[in-house]
Amino acid sequence: MKGKVLSFFHGEGAPRKRINRAPSTMLARGLPWVSVMLASLLPGWALIASAPVMPPFGFLVYVGWRQLRPGLLPVWAGLPLGLFDDLYSGQPFGAAIMLWSAATIVLDVIEARLPWRNFFTEWLVAMGLIVAYIILGVALANLSGAATPFRVIVPQIVFSILSYPLVGRFVAAADRFRLIPFKEIR
Amino acid sequence: MAPPANRRSGYSRRAQYSTFFSYAAGVLGALLGLMLLIASIVNPGLFSGLRGIAADAAEPASAATAGGRAVSKGFFESIAGFFETGSRQAKLKRELAEAKVRLAEADAVAAENRRLKHLLGLAERDPRPVAVTRLTSSTSASARRFATLGAGRDRGVAKGMPVRSTMGLVGRVLEVNGSTARVLLVTDTESLVPVRRAKDGVPAFAQGLGDGTIQIRLINLGVNPLKPGDVFVTSGSGGLYRPGTPLAVVWKVTHDGAIARVLSNPSDSDYVIVEPVWAPEPPSVPVPPPEEPAAK
Repeated sequence: MKGKVLSFFHGEGAPRKRINRAPSTMLARGLPWVSVMLASLLPGWALIASAPVMPPFGFLVYVGWRQLRPGLLPVWAGLPLGLFDDLYSGQPFGAAIMLWSAATIVLDVIEARLPWRNFFTEWLVAMGLIVAYIILGVALANLSGAATPFRVIVPQIVFSILSYPLVGRFVAAADRFRLIPFKEIR
Repeated sequence: MAPPANRRSGYSRRAQYSTFFSYAAGVLGALLGLMLLIASIVNPGLFSGLRGIAADAAEPASAATAGGRAVSKGFFESIAGFFETGSRQAKLKRELAEAKVRLAEADAVAAENRRLKHLLGLAERDPRPVAVTRLTSSTSASARRFATLGAGRDRGVAKGMPVRSTMGLVGRVLEVNGSTARVLLVTDTESLVPVRRAKDGVPAFAQGLGDGTIQIRLINLGVNPLKPGDVFVTSGSGGLYRPGTPLAVVWKVTHDGAIARVLSNPSDSDYVIVEPVWAPEPPSVPVPPPEEPAAK
């Protein structure tokens, strides 16, 4: 197992046994879910902020998985994953469930309409989703008792948009890791 | 990655149904989210139990990251300190000499204060802190400013207790769970703290603006007496916050008050102190004179 992980990090040059090996089903199925949940927890742990500055990494990773592997997470994945995000995000409960589920459907509709895609179209689509998500998030928080002006979230929106390609890289790396064939088939 | 070439489910009934049901479940999820959202807006405390269980579950990991955060901050600070040692040290020495004189003066004032209070027969004692702990996590991706405290019911934390660092007020406890508590930071837009100017007691309210600054609203309207650099401390009116806890320093004067910066930035404060709820002594009710029996 250790050698396989190392060869993953060392790239194609390292010798790797390919025959008689299969990826672990649990890892292949579970890693997308676990990575989104960890990303939901990450902003809270990174710093004790006195202003909204961290990108909503849970949502970014979720959109990243949906764009990289449409159909890997089911259409209803926004319900459990959004529920987990709501527990830690500080938003009124239910906000992420609704917005993540809606984003899934919007993304699927856009994907069905777009005949081709490249880095920039994906980034543009994600950008639209992220901006809408953050603005609606503030609007919902304001409905539940806060009075945050919209100018406060401008830096957060900029950080989120700029960090999305990096999140996409991370998701791609996680996707490769997920499919490492290290289980021996007997 | 390109989308799957064929997204149609074809003639297979099973495939058609599973596609249909997964989309129906997605729409239902969104509707369920909307309903939960409406419920939580109508009754914000409805899901606090669930959140509490989740916060307690994540507490060990949060505590570990809180330690890591402090270490990494110290690491970067010591690197930064290395480059500015010389000039910084000369300045610090000068300031230390001044501070020693000030400290002696402050001691004298404190002694006099004690003597005068003794004369008046006032007993004053600093309350023992309920708990000294870390802020383990915060909602740094949300527009709301909540933080999680690494102590809960297990260490006697109760709802409403003020939380401060050595620099000043940080917030107050909003919800208490088993081993964690949810803190409303003073920079949240829902937080309202009664304050007064430290030097002369001009009363005001301090409300968070959501971006790390605080809006100072004067209670007396008229000429705005505030100047940049004025320090505001809690006034204790209405109870909850003990009077005299530093809160913010004025940064920009506006026409009806000021914008102030928080003195204790929660990201800088390693440990925080949970204080008991401060309750002002109830005003003495005049005792009605005993009614004299009607002389007749």
